[in-house]
Order: sequence, then C-alpha cells, then structure tokens
Amino acid sequence: MDIIDILFTASFWAAAIRIASPLIFATLGELICERAGVLNLGIEGIMVAGAFAGWMAVYSGTGLWMGVCVAMLVGMLFGLLHSTLTVPFGLSQHVVGLGITLLATSSTYYAYRLALPEVTSPPKIGAFQPYEIPILSDIPLLGPALFSQTPLTYLAFILVGVVSVVLYRTPLGLAVRAAGENPAAVAAQGLSVTAIRMGAVMVGSGLMAVGGAFLTMSAFDSFFFEMVNGRGWICIALVVFGSWRPGKALLGAVLFAAFDALQIRMQQTSLGSHVPYQIFLMMPYILSILALVLMSRRAQVPAALMVPFNKGAR
Amino acid sequence: MRLEPIKNPTLARKLTPPTIALFVTIVIASLLAMVAGANPFTVIGLILKGAFGSTFAILETLNRATPLIFTGLAVAVAFRAKFWNIGAEAQLYAGALMTVLLGTGVLPWPSLAILPVIIIAVILAGAVVLLVPALMKTRFGVDEVVTTLLFNFIFLLFISMLLEGVLKDPMGMGWPKSARLIPEARLPRIVDGLRLHWGFGLAIFSAICIWIIQTRSTLGYEMRAVGLNKEAAAFAGIPVNVVIVKTALLSGGLAALAGFSEVAGLKGSLTLDLSPGFGYTGIIVAMLALLNPLGVVVAALFVAGIFVGADSMSRAADVPTYLADIMLATALLLMVLAIMLTRFRVVRE
Repeated sequence: MDIIDILFTASFWAAAIRIASPLIFATLGELICERAGVLNLGIEGIMVAGAFAGWMAVYSGTGLWMGVCVAMLVGMLFGLLHSTLTVPFGLSQHVVGLGITLLATSSTYYAYRLALPEVTSPPKIGAFQPYEIPILSDIPLLGPALFSQTPLTYLAFILVGVVSVVLYRTPLGLAVRAAGENPAAVAAQGLSVTAIRMGAVMVGSGLMAVGGAFLTMSAFDSFFFEMVNGRGWICIALVVFGSWRPGKALLGAVLFAAFDALQIRMQQTSLGSHVPYQIFLMMPYILSILALVLMSRRAQVPAALMVPFNKGAR
Repeated sequence: MRLEPIKNPTLARKLTPPTIALFVTIVIASLLAMVAGANPFTVIGLILKGAFGSTFAILETLNRATPLIFTGLAVAVAFRAKFWNIGAEAQLYAGALMTVLLGTGVLPWPSLAILPVIIIAVILAGAVVLLVPALMKTRFGVDEVVTTLLFNFIFLLFISMLLEGVLKDPMGMGWPKSARLIPEARLPRIVDGLRLHWGFGLAIFSAICIWIIQTRSTLGYEMRAVGLNKEAAAFAGIPVNVVIVKTALLSGGLAALAGFSEVAGLKGSLTLDLSPGFGYTGIIVAMLALLNPLGVVVAALFVAGIFVGADSMSRAADVPTYLADIMLATALLLMVLAIMLTRFRVVRE
C-alpha cells in the first residue's frame, strides 16, 4: 500500500482521531496549568494514575462515566498536591512535577499489585463503544473518521471549544490568563493569584487523568504498565507547538496522531520490511522535537510561567 | 499566607524541618505497608536488614549506588546551572553503547591501555548526546526539559534497534543482547572475592573531582552564577551560553560513566534492561543531596539502600517493591519543602 492510499482511507483517519483523543485531554490540561503560570511535569504520572483509577473503578462495578469522574478526581488530588507545593510554597516546578510523576506512577503500580496480586494478564472491562452520530456518520470518509468514535472522543473535541470560550470570553478565563502573564495585576484587582493558580492546576490535572483514562476505557479495555509511554511529555511539546492556544493545540494533536497512525501502517508496507520497526516508533518523538525547534522562536510563552508569586516580595 | 525570609536561621530551624520530613516519609511508608497487610515495623526492619544487614547486603547496596552516584552527579551539575537535564537515561545508554563498541575485541590491548581509552570515549559519547539538546536550547531557545525527556525514548529505541541488528550477539540464543566484553575491558574487583568493582572507586573519584570543580574553579563559579541569575551573570561578563554548553558536556559525560560502570563492572554486556531508570533516580539523588557533589554519594547510598532493602523485604513480607519508589518520591517532595522551610517562615495574613 502506498502512503497516498493510506491517507485516503477512513480507517486511517478514524485511528488518527482515536490516537489524538487522550492527547487532546492531557494537552488541554497542561495548557490550562501553563496559562495560569504553572508548568506541570506531573502530567506523565497523573495520566498513569488516571488510566488506572478509571479502569479500576469500572472493574469494581461503577458505570463508565462514574469511572471517568473517579479518574478526574484522582487527577485533581495530585493537582492539589502539586499546586500546594508549587504555588503558595513556590517550590521548583521542575522538581515537584517530576516528583509527582514518580509518586503517581509508583503509587499506581503499588495499588495495582495490591488490588490484583495473582493475575498474569490484567482483566478486561466493558469499555466505551463507538457511537455513530445519526446522519453525520453517513458522510463518506469524514463520517467513519469523525462521527463513529466513542463518546469520550466527542467529549475531547467539545472540551477544546469549552476551554477556548472560557479562556478568552469569560472573566474567569481572563483571570487565569492574567495569573500567567502578570500576577501582580491580578493581585491588584483584589483577586487571589494563589487560588486561581491552584484551581487551574487542579482542573488541568483532572483533564490529564481523563486523558489517561481514555487509554484504559476507550482505546483499550485493560490496564498495562508503561501504557502511557511518554504521551505526557509529548503533550508538553504539543502545548508549545500550539502556542498555548487550545485550537492550535488540537490541530497539533491531530497532526501528531495522524503521523503516529501513519507510522504504524507504514510498518506493514514493503518499506517496513526493510527498515527496522524502531525507526518508525522513533518518528513521533523526533517529530515532536522538530516541532519544538520550529515553533520555539515565535512561541508566545506566558510571561509568568514558572515564576512563583509571593505577595510579600516586591 | 505568605513567605518571609529568615535572616539568621538557628541550628534548630535548620534541622527540624528535614527531620520531620524524614519522619513523615517513614510514617507514610508504614501506613502503606499496613494497607498491604504487613506489620510496618517488620517491613522497615526487613528493608534495613536487606540493605545493610550483612556483608553481602552492604556490597549489593554499594553496587547499586555506583550508577546512582554518576547519574546523581550528572543531574547535580546540570541543575546547579539550572540546565534541566532529565535525559541521564539516554546518556547512560550512550556510555554503555560506547563501552560495548570498543570493549568487545576491536582494541586487543591490555587493561591499563584499553580502560582509559574506553573511559574517555564514554565521556565523549555522553557529552555529545546531551550536546544536541544543549545547542537546541542556546541556538533556538527550545526548552531542554522536553527535548532531553524525549531523547530518552528515542535513544532507547535506537539501542533496541542495534541490539536486534548489528550489535546482536550471534551466541546470544536469539536474545537481543550484545557480545560480551573481553576480560581486559572489564573493571576489576576492588577486593578479590568481594563482589564490588572499581566502578564504585571511579564514582567516588568523580564526586571529589566535581566538588573541586564546583568550589575551586572558575567554571564552577560561572555555573553557579548562571544558575542563580542568568541576566546578572551575563551582565558580569560571563558567556552564559558557553557555560550552559560546558555544563551539558560535563553532565552528559558523568551520566555516560554510569552506563560504562554497569557494563564493564557488573553485567559484561549490553541489554535493554541495563538500567531500571537510574537516569531518573539520579534526579532524586541529586535533590536529596541539595546538589552537593559529596552529598550525592551519601544520598546515592541512602537511595540504593532503600531499593536493595525493598527488594529483599518484598520477597519476605509480600509487599510490592514499588513501596521503595513511593518512599523516595515522598522523601523528595517533603525534602524540597523542608529545605525551603529552613530558610523561610510562613506568615498568616
């Protein structure tokens, strides 16, 4: 099969959208944190925790949407821990973030081992099933790609719009953006920079966890170690690529996912039998780095990103 | 609430928060052990016994600490200059790769000739791997956190490709592993009959060298200045970008030595599971050591002890080994908080 042929199949684009979905959740989450001025390197671990928490909740008998809520709640708890340390105490966002990733990952694995001590392969759950949107899903090519996805994917796309509107059209969004650009001005308005930043980190972390839960509850139906596999770090690159704007970040996530879906399919072509499969697997990471190099120059970094705000210090 | 700097912290002020942090870490670990249905005192006793309870245990801890000293130093050097090298894992594998390339028979020399050559080549390999993100940072302003993190994934895939391709040992029964080093390229044991190799000696030596560089050389002064305040350093005439690149070369070289010492000292060949995250654990080691090179040795022994102890505890008490990782993550987070509280007072408004 040729690359051109691959690009014109609905299954390819359906896969791309599916691969993009967890990235969209987590990228939006990171974007909200960074817009408020906090770099959240806990993303990788929070996605692992979310993936496990949502799946485990459903496995223990809750409904699927309840599972998503559980994942979100777990993410928010880690967000609370992260923001408590980085916002009022102003500790290094790099160190705390990496610490949260380590803590979230190891406590997830610990919980998994305790909950399922004797299993060799993890049990499956009844995951989200594709829901075909009437009429729209009958459009050729576009229908099967965009409108025959699971409800969580639709939620991811809807959230891009919601986050956009909230960030750019509401006082709350203005406060969040201002906390990341000029926290002193926010404080001068009588608003609490601490509260805004902590809230943003908690909501953002919740979304990251839902991104993780997408993996175990929609893309697959089971939990595996290493299943997040660097997706969190890629989302951090996607935020930069999208210049801290939800719409552009969505575009980046879909482009990235299309590329990922393409490399999976390329492995099965005649080219794939000559080139080691590791080369294909490297491509998404290399692409992320190239995107960063290209975008970094004109990226509009929130001015107060990684700058702690201490009201007493002037 | 707001934070107020303390002018002259008393000794009690300096010691109390870290002590509480350590205590809380132990309490959390105990609670988690209880969740797993084990007696916390037994679990902590088993960890201590497994880490330091016998000659064998101590040697095992020292062996485990060796790569952590190297990666801890790599992180400490980089973080001191606020260059966030999270890619020690990739640099470690670069060092291991170089060891295998030169040490499996290409250079049929005696130990005293081949080992120095390999060590220099290993340091260069690690330095070059970190040079790429460093130049991306200085040239294009690309944040090194993400690039070094992503390089870990790329480099591991690269090693996997080599191990299944050109480097694959024909005698390896189909396993993706490299050929074994020739005996001359192996690091000898420090004492005959005791399982501890000279990699540990090299690690201690490196820590002392880095300590001297940081406290007694111009480069060390410049690295600290860049880390404290880039603008001020530039204003004082320090070439900030040059210092960052030098820091990166030093950091990458140190991390690569971890890979060298694991292959030449312990394993004898390169496999994909050479490092169970030594590169990432190096960050914990460096932070617990407050980025002090000599402190890195102590912190590495502590961290290695917890890992080795948890391994043997897990077998005896049936508590998952991940308890060790949770303890270290908790210790890391609480310790950064505690260190801050030795210098600042929390004031209610």
